Order: sequence, then structure tokens, then C-alpha cells
Amino acid sequence: MKLVRVNGIYDWLDDRLGLEPLAAHAREKVVPLHRHSIWYYFGGMTLFLFGVQVLTGILLLLYYRPGEDTAFESVQFIIADVPFGWLIRSIHSWSANLMIATLFIHMFSVYLLKAYRSPRELTWVSGTLMFFIVLGFGFSGYLLPWNKLAFFATKVGTEVTGVVPVVGHFSARLLRGGDYVNGATLTRFYGLHISILPLAAFGVLFVHLLLIQRMGMSVPRSVEGQQMKTVKFVPNFALRDLMGWLVILALLATLATLFPWELGEKADPFASAPAGIKPEWFFIFMFQTLKFLPAKIGPVDGEVLGVVAFGVAALFWLLVPFLDRKSARGEKSPVFTLIGVIALLYITVMTVIGYLT
Amino acid sequence: MEQPIRPVKARRRFVNFLLGTSIGGTLISVLYPVLRFLIPPEVVESAQSNVLAGRVSELRPNSGVIFKFGSQPGILIKTPAGEIRAFSATCAHLQCTVQYRDDLHHVWCACHNGHYDLNGKNISGPPPRPLEQYAVNVRGDEIFVSKG
Amino acid sequence: MKRDRLGDKPRFEPWQRRVKTAALSAFLLTLLVTWVLAQREPGSATRSPQSVPGAATGKDSCVTCHTTLQNQLSAPITAMQDDVHAKHGLSCAGCHGGNPNEDDASRSHDPRKGYVGKPKLKDVPQFCGKCHSNAEFMKTFNPALRVDQETEYFTSVHGKLSRQGDQNVATCSSCHGFHGIKAVNDPNAPVYPVKVAETCGKCHASVEHMRPYSIATDQVEKYSRSVHSEALMKKLDLSAPTCNDCHGNHGATPPGLTSVANVCGNCHSRQGELFEKSPHKIPFAEAQLAACVVCHSNHEIHPPTDEMLGVGQEATCVSCHTDGDAGFKAAQGMRRQIDELAAHINTADQLLSRAARSGMEVARPQFDLKDARDKLVNARVVIHSFSPAQVEAATKPGVDVARKALQAGEHSLSELRRRRKGLAVSLVFILLTVVAVYFKVRQIEGRGGADT
Repeated sequence: MKLVRVNGIYDWLDDRLGLEPLAAHAREKVVPLHRHSIWYYFGGMTLFLFGVQVLTGILLLLYYRPGEDTAFESVQFIIADVPFGWLIRSIHSWSANLMIATLFIHMFSVYLLKAYRSPRELTWVSGTLMFFIVLGFGFSGYLLPWNKLAFFATKVGTEVTGVVPVVGHFSARLLRGGDYVNGATLTRFYGLHISILPLAAFGVLFVHLLLIQRMGMSVPRSVEGQQMKTVKFVPNFALRDLMGWLVILALLATLATLFPWELGEKADPFASAPAGIKPEWFFIFMFQTLKFLPAKIGPVDGEVLGVVAFGVAALFWLLVPFLDRKSARGEKSPVFTLIGVIALLYITVMTVIGYLT
Repeated sequence: MEQPIRPVKARRRFVNFLLGTSIGGTLISVLYPVLRFLIPPEVVESAQSNVLAGRVSELRPNSGVIFKFGSQPGILIKTPAGEIRAFSATCAHLQCTVQYRDDLHHVWCACHNGHYDLNGKNISGPPPRPLEQYAVNVRGDEIFVSKG
Repeated sequence: MKRDRLGDKPRFEPWQRRVKTAALSAFLLTLLVTWVLAQREPGSATRSPQSVPGAATGKDSCVTCHTTLQNQLSAPITAMQDDVHAKHGLSCAGCHGGNPNEDDASRSHDPRKGYVGKPKLKDVPQFCGKCHSNAEFMKTFNPALRVDQETEYFTSVHGKLSRQGDQNVATCSSCHGFHGIKAVNDPNAPVYPVKVAETCGKCHASVEHMRPYSIATDQVEKYSRSVHSEALMKKLDLSAPTCNDCHGNHGATPPGLTSVANVCGNCHSRQGELFEKSPHKIPFAEAQLAACVVCHSNHEIHPPTDEMLGVGQEATCVSCHTDGDAGFKAAQGMRRQIDELAAHINTADQLLSRAARSGMEVARPQFDLKDARDKLVNARVVIHSFSPAQVEAATKPGVDVARKALQAGEHSLSELRRRRKGLAVSLVFILLTVVAVYFKVRQIEGRGGADT
């Protein structure tokens, strides 16, 4: 009896929404199993963590108040007085960091396995766009508690933006809402963080997921053509995904409880910067690069060159599927693999140096 | 006569039971904090920008009371004429907490005999600057203080 | 206006011509009157000559002549350029008399025109007092200025000795200078608060100079090690006392035995009030002991510590009191109260810090603990009543506050333990789910795990 009723509801909806093609796709979707299949988990994990961010973010914005006079105090209120506020806030902060970590793993594994090659160029482009969007989430969200560390990290970050030739000054003003980091900046970053970036993210994510459903999982060149097992996505791979997600959830709960995220002191725009201010870890490699560059390289400012170089690198990264002709043809592409390995090593080494000094 | 349940079926039932219970437990572990979070807490939000410093019914004329303003003390005063004023209670000299003297009808710092008038101005003794004055808003019986 | 034909010059009606003339005249008249009035505006800095006796009216022979002279005779001209009197229009003749309109030395230095030359030391107060004791005159410059400095001076030790003929004592010019006198609030003046100790020390720290007077010469050195000197010289807190705040400036005299508590009590008012009512007041006066100075010293005043109170090695109480007498017991009792409150505050503070480091929000209890600290400061003042009962009444509310803060800290730590238990419970469920899902996967995939 129960089954009939459930089916009855399904049929009713299907008649009106045309669910059958979706259901059929879900039933038929398979995931190939090979020695590189482990990397398949990281996209979904990033998605799961994004979901955690959206949920905890919505909960936080029910109590958070943007504004120089209220932001810090409202976060303090959440941590101290709202039941489980400390948990929601710490999970939000930890999950942001874990998400960026899984994102890096996902992105580099896709790159090194050349999953971006034809016909998946747009999947790669949409993914890279989401990477930039996520960095934007990280940068804007970090300022919202309006504490000393965040204030100065934002000051430094927006100053670096201002260094870009031609459009730098204008874009820095646009970002900051003026010439200095102040309440106007906070308002803008809040708007970015809870509205503009989420809309952009959902849009690009939809495209990204749609493309993946259409084209199925990419198989690395080294195992292409071999006889391999596949599993159904529903329920087999999905259950495996779920295990991974649950482990991450357990990790999040543990981190949030045993290592609660600090609030620090309220930002004071007139105080001098505390010693050793750093941006968040995922920006450290850029920050460290700029610190290493000499003040002048020929006629150009070292900083300008650094920022432009990163811009060029970002553009390269975005257009990799179109630049890597060999992979497009299905051939080995050692040059691009090397570039990827170098990029990964560079980021890792710079981040480590940034923390040790 | 009852047929013994086949081991495979029993295992499947056990796994389903385990799955159901553990998923249920996990869901509760997630939903309980979320629901408690959503329900507004009893404590009134103590934003620095607007602090409930006291009640009109509890503040007698010609008296002063210390209240918490952000992380610093503030002093809420009802003048002999009945006007309600609020100032920072941190003395401008060496940061002792000031008090209201009902015999002098003004603010006094016990540490080095500093005197402030009812406008916060330093009128005698070591204090080099006036006390910062805060804005007072009375809503019904509640007195709210915010930065001037 | 009318034109008969195009090209004709315009012709004005008679009444229009009259109006034009009247307007033009009025305009020119206004200009003239405005210009005349502007000439009478007192725009320049010089005062009307009548208001300041001997003020230079353009010609000042003293300056023109003495500039050409050598060394000591021309030095005053340079010095006067930075002088507060000169800035108000007073020149040489204003103090020294004589006639600044005459170039000839004998006529400009004419005693009949009031010339007094360089005054003798004993005559200096009168010399300056010519203006500074004249209330009517001084109020034309600053009605708030005192005019009793000369009278005050003669009540001082310096003044009395000067009257007796002593040429080595301080007089107006010794502290204020004579030709480059600056206002008291000018940081370059020798009587600016930060400079006072150095100025007094010019005589009082010189063994040579003070030999005939049998006074110690270590006051400035001792003072330089005091908490007041640190506040004034290092932290530039101009309200901190220096020599003149306790000794007076014009009426400089060491405070008498019975007035020490009053003098210190001008800033330390509560301690002064409590001491006056305390059991120490009369015995100290009878024993010729100078109140505050007995425990705190006079010049080398250090920040007081809890060790000064009680019966221990560092305590001042045992310099008079011995085991068994009432004072000894009182000292012990008071010290115990203070220590108890300090200990409670310390314990609460440590616990709250631990809670804060573990990530708990304890800003509120930490704020409340500040109140306990204020009460400790208060209790240390109440010691000057020398009454253990009063000290206890001061410490008890502080102990209550500290206890409450400690409770809040303990509550915080138990909340921390509760959170960790909650974590453990949820982890059990989550990891159990992982296991269950694993079994489920194995189950639906049979033994092999996948279907091809």
C-alpha cells in the first residue's frame, strides 16, 4: 500500500514536471573504477562542504549584523549567548578552509589527469570560474567579523589590487567602497558574500554539474580504452560519496569543538597594524611571492609585475583546455603536466615559507 | 511452523536497522543544534552600539550607576534636576573608575581627587581631558545608551 | 530714456539725471567714510602708549644704544626678544626706569626719570612688585593673575632670610630669570612643571651653596627616583607634583608637621581624610612625626606595595609596633584582608584566562572582575583608617564579586566539558553511519563489489 502511494505521488509529479528523463539518467549513470578513481570523490566533497557553508551561512546571517559598530559584537553574541552559536560559527570557518583544500585537490587532480581535454573544456572553464568565486567568498567572508586580523588582511589585500596597472586604482576603490577600508567596505563585502557571489556560484555550479551529467566521468588517458569495471552512481557510488562526506562531517565537528575559531579583538582603523599580519592561508603563496620580488625590476615596480604575472597565470589556467593542443588530440602532454606540477610545488613551497617566516 | 529466516535476509535486516538508526542519530546530532540555534535566546543582544544601561524606575535623582558599555565601564547619572546623562566611567587621568558624588552633585575620581562637572568637563584635579559623553535614549522604562 | 530715431544718443529725463547724481554721490561718500573708519581700527600689535608705563613709542634709545655695546651690556637686548613682557609692549624703561627718548647716556640714565639700573638682590621683589603687586595694573593684562606674590614671598624662608640681608637666597629672578622671562605654561620656562626640580636644584642640590644653611642637598636626587617624578618627567603628566606643589612656589616653606597630611591630601584626598580620623593622627603629632612621610617618605616616594602593610620584613608597621600590641594585631588583620581579596581575584583571573584560551567567551565575567580590582584599590586606600573592620568592609564586596567571576569561569569550563561530551556522542553516530553505509555498499554489491 505504502509503495503505491509513493509511486502515486511520483506519477503525479512526473505528469506535471517530466521527472522521468531525470530519473532515468540517475538510474543509468555509471562511474568507472580504475586506479585513479579515488580523485573522483573530491569534486563531490567540495560540493558537500559548499552545502555546509550555505547552511551554516544562512543560520549565521539570522544573527549577524554588518556595520562597524555592530559586526564584531554580533559575532561575539553568536559565540557567547546563542545556543550552539559557537558551533555554527566554528563549523562555518573550518568548513571554508576545508572546502578550499578539497577544491585545490580537485582542481589539481583534474588538471594533472587532463580531464579538461575535449569535450570537457567548458566544464574546466566553469570550474576555474568557481575557483575564483570561492577565493572571493574567502576574501569577503574573512572581513565580516571585523576583527583586527581581518581588517589588516583586507587592507593589504585591497592595496595589492590597487597595484594592477590601469584598472588597479579604480578596482580597489570599487572593492573598498572608497579610499580606505571602513564600514562601507564591510557593507560591500557583506553584499558580495551573501548575495552576489552565491548567485554567481549557483549559476556557474549549475552549468558545471549539468555538463558533468551530460558527458559522464572523464577517464584518464593512461587507463583509457582498458577494460574496466563500472559501478552505478545510484546507489553504489553515491553511498561511497556519502561515507566520505560523513567522515568530513566528523572531522568538521571535531575541529570546531576542539579548536574553536578565535574571534580576536575588534578592529580599530586608527591603531597601527599588529606585527606579522598575514592573509588567510590560501592567499599566502601570492603574498609571499610579492614579498620576495625586488622593489624594482627594470623600470617597473616589482609589485606591479608580480600582480600582473598572477593575472596572466590566472588567464592561462582558465584557458588551459584551449592551449593544450596535445591533450585535445588525445596525446600525452608532458609539458602541461610539468607546468601543473611546478604550479603545485610553487604554491606548496611558498605557503610553507610564508608560515615559517 | 515458522521458517528460520535465511542468514542473508537477517543480515540485510540488520544492516538496514543499523543504517536507519545511525542515520537517525546523525540527523538528530545535526538538527538539534540547528533548531536550538534558531530559537532566539533569552539574553538581549548586548551590541556596543545600543546598551540597556538601566531603568528609569530604578534610577533615583542625584545618583549614578556604573554599567557595562562594550568592554569598558560607563556611568549613568540622573542629575538633581532629573535629567538622565551617560559618560565613559574611565577617568582621563590614570584610568580609575569614576563615581557620582551625591554630596557634590557631580562626578569624582577617588584615585587622585579629580572632579568632573555634569557635562563631563574636567573641572579640578589631575584629569587632563573631559569624560566622553554618550547619547541617551529612553524608551518607556528602559534607558539605552549609545556612542554619541 | 528715449530715442527719437535709431542711431540717436539716448537722452535721460531730468528726474533720471538727478537720481543718477544722488546715487553716485552716496556711493563715493560711503567709500570715503569706510576708508576713514578703517584708519582708526587698532590693527597693529602695539598698545596705546599711555597704558604701559615707559612703553617704547617707536623710539627706544636703550635698545639702539645697548645693541652697539659689548657682552654683558648687549646681552639683554638679545634675551628680551624672547621675553613675555616684551611681547606685551614692555621695554627696558618699563622696569629699569629712565628716559628711552634720550640718546645721551646721562639723560637716558637719569635717576630723576626713575632710572634704577640693576637692582640689588634684596630689592628685586619690590622691583618686580612695582607692577606685579598692582592689582589695577595687572588686571588690564590678565584679570585672573594673582597679585600677592611679593607678600607671599616674604612669608617664605627665602623672603625672611632676604630681609635679614642674606644675598644668597632665591628671589624672583633666580627662578624666573630676568631678561628672557617666559610664561609659566611655556615649556621653555625654568618654572614649567617639568623644569621646576632642576631650577630649585640649582641651589638646593649644590653642597657648596647650601653649606651655611645645614639643609640636605639630596632632595632633587631622591625626588628623581620617585613615582611623582616618573609621572611628571617620563609620562609628562603635568598634574603630578613637583617641588612647588608641596612646598609652595612664592611662599616656599616645607609643610609643617601638622600640615603634611593636608598637603598630600590635596590629591590623595581620601587617604588624607581617613588619616585625620585615624588612631595615628594624634600620636604622630605628639611624637613630632610628619604623618604621611613616616611610611611613604617625602621626596623619594615609591609606589606603595602590599608588603609595606603588615608584620613582615618589608613592612613599615613593625618599625613602631611590636608583637602583642594592638597596632601589630591590626596590621596583621588588615594585611590578611587585602591578601585574601588579591588571592581571590588572582584565582578567578587565572581560571577565566584558561577558559578564554580554550575558546570560551568570558568577556562579561572578566569585565565584572574589574569591579573586584577597583574594590581592591579602594581597600588599599581604606588601610589609612588603620581599622581592620573598615578594611574588611571594603574587601568583602570585592571578594563576593571575585567569587562570582570564579563561578562564571567554572561554569564556562564545565560548558566546555559538556561540548566535548556532545561531540563524542555525535561522532559515535556519524562514524556508526559510516560503518553502516559501508556494510550496505558491500551488501548491495554482493561479494565482488561491482557489476560490470
